[in-house]
Amino acid sequence: MEEESDTRKINNSFLREHNYATEADIISTVEFNSSGELLATGDKGGRVVVFQREQESKSQPQRRGEYNVYSTFQSHEPEFDYLKSLEIEEKINKIKWLPQQNAAYFLLSTNDKTVKLWKISERDKRPEGYNLKDDDGRIRDPSTITSLRVPVLQPMDLMVEATARRVFSNAHMYHINSISVNSDYQTYISTDDLRVNLWNLEITDRSFNIVDIKPANMEELTEVITSAEFHPQQCHTFAYSSSKGSIRLCDMREAALCDKHCKYFEEPEDPSTRSFFSEIISSISDVKFSHNGRYLMTRDYLTVKVWDLQMENKPLETYQVHDYLRGKLCSLYENDCIFDKFECVWNGSDSVIMTGSYNNFFRMFDRNTKRDVTLEASRENSKPRAILKPRKVCVGGKRRKDEISVDSLDFSKKILHTTWHPHENIIAVAATNNLYIFQDKVN
Amino acid sequence: MFPKGTKRKFSDPGEEPVSEEDQAPVTPSAAARTLTSAYSLQRQSLLDMSLIKLQLCHMLVEPNLCRSVLIANTVRQIQEEMTQDGTWQIMTQALAAAQCPADRLVATEVLCRQTDPAGQSPKPCSGAGLEEGYHAEEVVMEGDVETEVTMSTLSPVSPQLSSASYLAGPFGMGPCWEEEEEEDGECEEDEEEDSEECASESEEGDRDHLSPDTRTGEQVFGTFEIKHPAPPPDPALEELFSDVDPSYYDLDTVLTGMQSAPKMGPYDLLESLSSHGPTALSSSSSCRSDLNELDHIMEIIVGS
Repeated sequence: MEEESDTRKINNSFLREHNYATEADIISTVEFNSSGELLATGDKGGRVVVFQREQESKSQPQRRGEYNVYSTFQSHEPEFDYLKSLEIEEKINKIKWLPQQNAAYFLLSTNDKTVKLWKISERDKRPEGYNLKDDDGRIRDPSTITSLRVPVLQPMDLMVEATARRVFSNAHMYHINSISVNSDYQTYISTDDLRVNLWNLEITDRSFNIVDIKPANMEELTEVITSAEFHPQQCHTFAYSSSKGSIRLCDMREAALCDKHCKYFEEPEDPSTRSFFSEIISSISDVKFSHNGRYLMTRDYLTVKVWDLQMENKPLETYQVHDYLRGKLCSLYENDCIFDKFECVWNGSDSVIMTGSYNNFFRMFDRNTKRDVTLEASRENSKPRAILKPRKVCVGGKRRKDEISVDSLDFSKKILHTTWHPHENIIAVAATNNLYIFQDKVN
Repeated sequence: MFPKGTKRKFSDPGEEPVSEEDQAPVTPSAAARTLTSAYSLQRQSLLDMSLIKLQLCHMLVEPNLCRSVLIANTVRQIQEEMTQDGTWQIMTQALAAAQCPADRLVATEVLCRQTDPAGQSPKPCSGAGLEEGYHAEEVVMEGDVETEVTMSTLSPVSPQLSSASYLAGPFGMGPCWEEEEEEDGECEEDEEEDSEECASESEEGDRDHLSPDTRTGEQVFGTFEIKHPAPPPDPALEELFSDVDPSYYDLDTVLTGMQSAPKMGPYDLLESLSSHGPTALSSSSSCRSDLNELDHIMEIIVGS
């Protein structure tokens, strides 16, 4: 998508046309399922919206596989913890799809404290003609029942139902920042600031704590876990990132408690760029294994890095996301933007990576050609089905036409969450309360 | 103390920012002095800002732990550096002698204002600069009063370093707090919102980033880099923290991050800020609180 950044054309379509923007509408996570047929978003209001890709139609080739709303449901409700006198937000922190095994779809959604397993299934038939009940469900008078009737299934309008199948609660003292389904399809991990818990998808009343970095004395706490993910193929391997910029790879075969890592990835600090903000900007906000399981990608405040699992002492590749902000770190600290948690994603073939920035900009980096592009997800600057123009941020003194100066970037418009179709060049980008879907131009 | 020129350009949003080089043209030594003092002033402002952030974190029952840990580490780093170059001792001595460096508070006020959404609005019709400054303080105060019922247990700050003093303090409400609450009763709701937004990375606050005074601040912090490797942890500092007796945190406190009585300490700085407000406290008391607030960084982490 980015190789020929100036000429390559990208279509976009707008799925949510919100003219109002409330806090609850802000999209807090977005995730394709493993086939790419479905796309789920979660928002601050605790809702999950699932989009389904339209079947391709021969009559309208330009309408290639648009995504339409498939199901909307309230996944989490605001709660109150009476013991702690604490409100638990309904905001959906992460959604992860389970691999599809039958006609129904399953996904895990989590807020700060509770993970839920949802089943999304279709129903287009309903049984009619019960013996003991009439069609409205009322019990019939037994004296009127004179013959045996066999209920029959009658077709009806398609209905998509979402039902909560499991609720995994009471296992996290701190805020859950990530969940990851294991490649064995039977277990998953949920991670909060200080602990990683391992669950069986069938069992809700217990989980195993596999990482615990909480010091006996909280005064000694200087580091937290920021994200964790299972290896895509090796069901015993997972990685977690920390606020000090390191990544630990753990092997669950070694011990029940994975406090000891088997690999430790960290880049030595460059003394020439050291400042008071060094630690904050090196804090990792997201960690993702490549689809082939060979690399790890991490996002910190200013860069995205690709690590080879065989090389622990430095990243294989480092890409600058918005290096022009390096001189503005104090302001960004002041307005708390420096703590924004940007996520990062791989494309289907692990050759391109994507991550977000400010001003509704997002960046793509081609690992082979080393070319990069800045694109913008905004309603003002692009119409549905229009072609995305690459954007440029001007760093020096003179601003050329079509460039935007660092000082006029809008820091309230941040793209934190993106997802890439597992096989095709289709991406979904969450920009505040808007979801943008971009795809390679047809033909 | 610090040259006034540096100070002014920091606090005056309308003024055109002047670069460090332009500021110190006279002699090389004067230039060096200006740079050094500008640097320590910046460091001090960063410290103040971090402490305010930590205290705002601390007001939440369950703050963003990652954020608070990162801020606390920043504060530690600044303290280590200040300890190494001797500034820390000077400051603590000054504080102990109850001599308040007035410009420190002004700097804090400026920083505080910059995080205040209302005060930052780029609208030309917004209120006078001074008023905005006060507004920011009120935001801090209001958030305090609103979110923390145990505020009534706030006691006059003891100059002692021992954190036990927070527990032992008389549980009477300071009259100034009562007055503050009544006076600001009308705009309480708005300001409560504001303070929440400040604490929770609000959209509003982020947008403010581009306002002129923020940029001025940026210029000042442009040269903000550590010139030497980080010093080893200072034993004196360790000692300071070792005064915090962990025994008074009950299991619940440690496990859940719930705070009760020991929480009152960290509000001292906020109290000190109120000296700019309608009910002025004596500057000496606000100074002493700085000592205590540092003593409480660990407590804050525990609180989260």
